[in-house]
Amino acid sequence: MKAMGEMLLRQESFSEIVMGNTALVRSMVEAGTRVITAYPGSPTPEIATAIGSIPRQRRPFYFEFSINEKVATEVAFGAALNGHLSTVFFKSVGLNVAADTFVQLSLMNLIGGMVVVLGDDPGANSSQNEQDNRHLARMAYTPVLEPADPAEVYRFYRAAADLARKRCMPVILRLTTHVCHAKQKVAFDGWRPSEPDNTPRFDPANGSYIPLAHMVAPKKTRALANLAAAEEELAGLNTRVDNGERRRGVITSGLPYLSLLDAIGAAVQKPDILKLGLVYPLARRQVADFLRSHRQVKVLEELDDILEHEIKALAFDEKIDVEIVGKTDTGDWIGEYTPDKTAAVLGSLWPELVTLPASAVEAQVPERPPQLCPGCGHRSAFFAVKQALSRDDITVADIGCHTLGYLPPYEIGQVLACMGASTGIGSGLALFNDRRPVVVFLGDSTFFHAGLPGIVNALFNRHDITLILMENGTTAMTGHQDHPASGRNFNDVTDVIPVRQVLEGLGVKNLYETDAYRQAELVDLVRRAVADDAFAVVIARHPCMLKFTREQRRKPDYRPRRVAVDPQTCDRRHVCIARFGCPTFSRGPDGAVAVNPDLCIGDGSCVQTCPVKAISPAKSS
Amino acid sequence: MSVFNIYLIGVGGQGIGLLSEIILRAADHAGHPVRAVDTHGLAQRGGSVVSQIRLGAAAHSPLIRAGEAHLVVALERHEALRAVARMARPGGTLVYYDTVWQPLPVRLGRDQEVSAAAVAEACRRRRVSPLRVRVDDLPEARMQNMAVLACLHRRGLIPGLSEAHYMTAMADLMAGDMLARNRRIFQTATTG
Ligand SMILES: Cc1ncc(C[n+]2csc(CCOP(=O)(O)OP(=O)(O)O)c2C)c(N)n1
Repeated sequence: MKAMGEMLLRQESFSEIVMGNTALVRSMVEAGTRVITAYPGSPTPEIATAIGSIPRQRRPFYFEFSINEKVATEVAFGAALNGHLSTVFFKSVGLNVAADTFVQLSLMNLIGGMVVVLGDDPGANSSQNEQDNRHLARMAYTPVLEPADPAEVYRFYRAAADLARKRCMPVILRLTTHVCHAKQKVAFDGWRPSEPDNTPRFDPANGSYIPLAHMVAPKKTRALANLAAAEEELAGLNTRVDNGERRRGVITSGLPYLSLLDAIGAAVQKPDILKLGLVYPLARRQVADFLRSHRQVKVLEELDDILEHEIKALAFDEKIDVEIVGKTDTGDWIGEYTPDKTAAVLGSLWPELVTLPASAVEAQVPERPPQLCPGCGHRSAFFAVKQALSRDDITVADIGCHTLGYLPPYEIGQVLACMGASTGIGSGLALFNDRRPVVVFLGDSTFFHAGLPGIVNALFNRHDITLILMENGTTAMTGHQDHPASGRNFNDVTDVIPVRQVLEGLGVKNLYETDAYRQAELVDLVRRAVADDAFAVVIARHPCMLKFTREQRRKPDYRPRRVAVDPQTCDRRHVCIARFGCPTFSRGPDGAVAVNPDLCIGDGSCVQTCPVKAISPAKSS
Repeated sequence: MSVFNIYLIGVGGQGIGLLSEIILRAADHAGHPVRAVDTHGLAQRGGSVVSQIRLGAAAHSPLIRAGEAHLVVALERHEALRAVARMARPGGTLVYYDTVWQPLPVRLGRDQEVSAAAVAEACRRRRVSPLRVRVDDLPEARMQNMAVLACLHRRGLIPGLSEAHYMTAMADLMAGDMLARNRRIFQTATTG
């Protein structure tokens, strides 16, 4: 078996099929990155998986999952001030959380250099919103590199790290979902490990690191000078594909470039292409040359029209006589530029260059949205909470697996914004409102990430809402990363910070707790909490059963467990299937209920939900 | 051969990741340039999950265009229909493991379960040859992916791939008992 950890540290050069996220880790090793920090979020968690495949003692760098993106950025920032090349990575919307710190990085003399790796998510495959982080990069005067595939991830990180170190500045490597997850054979260089230099080189004289009014101008001047340098030094990452076409050209970048190649694959006369690796700042000389040598140039740009504006402004300044076509339709702003979408976008300008997507055969296929797993404690909690609440009550969800509660059959969580927002939003909903109780939800990783301020505010300002804390001991949705209440960090065991004690310490007086599988008790506790005339918290705990089952399966004495439905007793009221909603149960054409043995884990949380007691643990098979 | 596109689909939890990684590596051992991508994240929790594999130097993006999959591989019946209807290329092949994991609307009684006949009908209209796989004596449901792999190999559905390529690819990814058990299914599963 090929061991990933061994591969990532190999000293000879080699080629291997890797995901973009894995290629990044090898690049970090080769670049001599010393400190890496992160907070989990799709599409980036597999970066940490690759890091974790290297035994801790052999890692040539320090890695941590910090408790949120802002702290992760700060830890990497601090390490860079000591002279270590550092890197922070997180998902697209993570930059919103990190922004307060992030916007100042370019103003600082980061003597070690720092790379910010963003996992943007055009199409919002697994994000709460679709956002274009190039806006924030511009706001923070920070250069952005955009690879199209794993081979470029590897190469571009190195370029980013080199410039960051040389000019003591931050550089952004902007990945997108299908660049992170794309797989391809990549040729890696050799790696010669060097003796680590642990000298703490922090020196205030390298600053100023203090935001003083009289330093605004010199700091900003520094950031702008570094941007100009990036334009010179990184323009080599741009490539021009000359197809001998003087009329038509396309300027594009990242994955849309590959989509473009597929979309125009059958064209007789393909347009010339300028593929930007450096998307901010614009390499003005190269772009101007390209504009000058074509009559019509299409800016093929995923998400917002940032390149388009800059390119149009450049043509104006340089008085270039060229027709520039950017976005022409609202749809052009939205979604991922897949090969099909790219063909449609390009086809509206040059129909003869593309083949349009084939139409589908009519077929009725029921949707398959994601589901809470069999045995999930969140399901038990929702089933109970639903019984405890009235129709009119207002429920506010937060980010995490329990977000799926908005789906039928629970339909709980009618508002959902972003991590940690539920308590604050619920507090607002409770104002001038003594008729409709407000119940908000929060996961335990989110509690530490951004949930605490909302809770402290609710106590401080005496908001009368009920918080249901869905404690499953892990950061489940993003792949089971440990959090402060798990008793482990990425590297080692650590002291547990118990959620309950934190709440007690904050002075939460109405505090209830039970295992989510104890349905009757949970219903009662939620009723009491809602009736309380003050901020109340119900901790509904149950370990993540996906994680638990995976751990059990690895044990040598593992015995699968199941439940069975007794067809004689079952009166086909379908509570298990249509109200409790465990995906294990299926419905026969005659309404009979069956247990899918491929799905059932025999946790038994369903047993108590059957009004006629038709469900019981199956005799061991 | 210029490009050969393989679209794999299943339900989160069925083991589609391992299946696609074996095919990808086998194709690489056979000398094909490869590009691929898997679904990660939220959808893995019981939603539809997709892996895409593209062979050939003229394949650029890892994403396959609608109606361009030469081979559709599905681990579940509803997903088989979903993929054939949108992704299969006329003249192509569908290989699917005929098990049913009912989607939410079916379980709620709001929609009909897809029948094997509906899959066959969609294949007929799309001019796709369907191959139904079902093995009744598998030690574990999670080995259905290996039964499908065995079918792909037996029928020679992926150009240029031999048994040795598949076996080497499996050894790249697994070891010990797990490797032995998966190889056994791969070599012995008699499929439809
Ligand atoms: C700012 C931000 N960072 C990261 C994420 C990715 N993310 C989605 S769900 C989730 C974990 C939630 O964990 P927890 O609160 O414990 O709930 P669980 O999934 O375990 O139920 C994370 C980190 C995000 N959506 N937003």
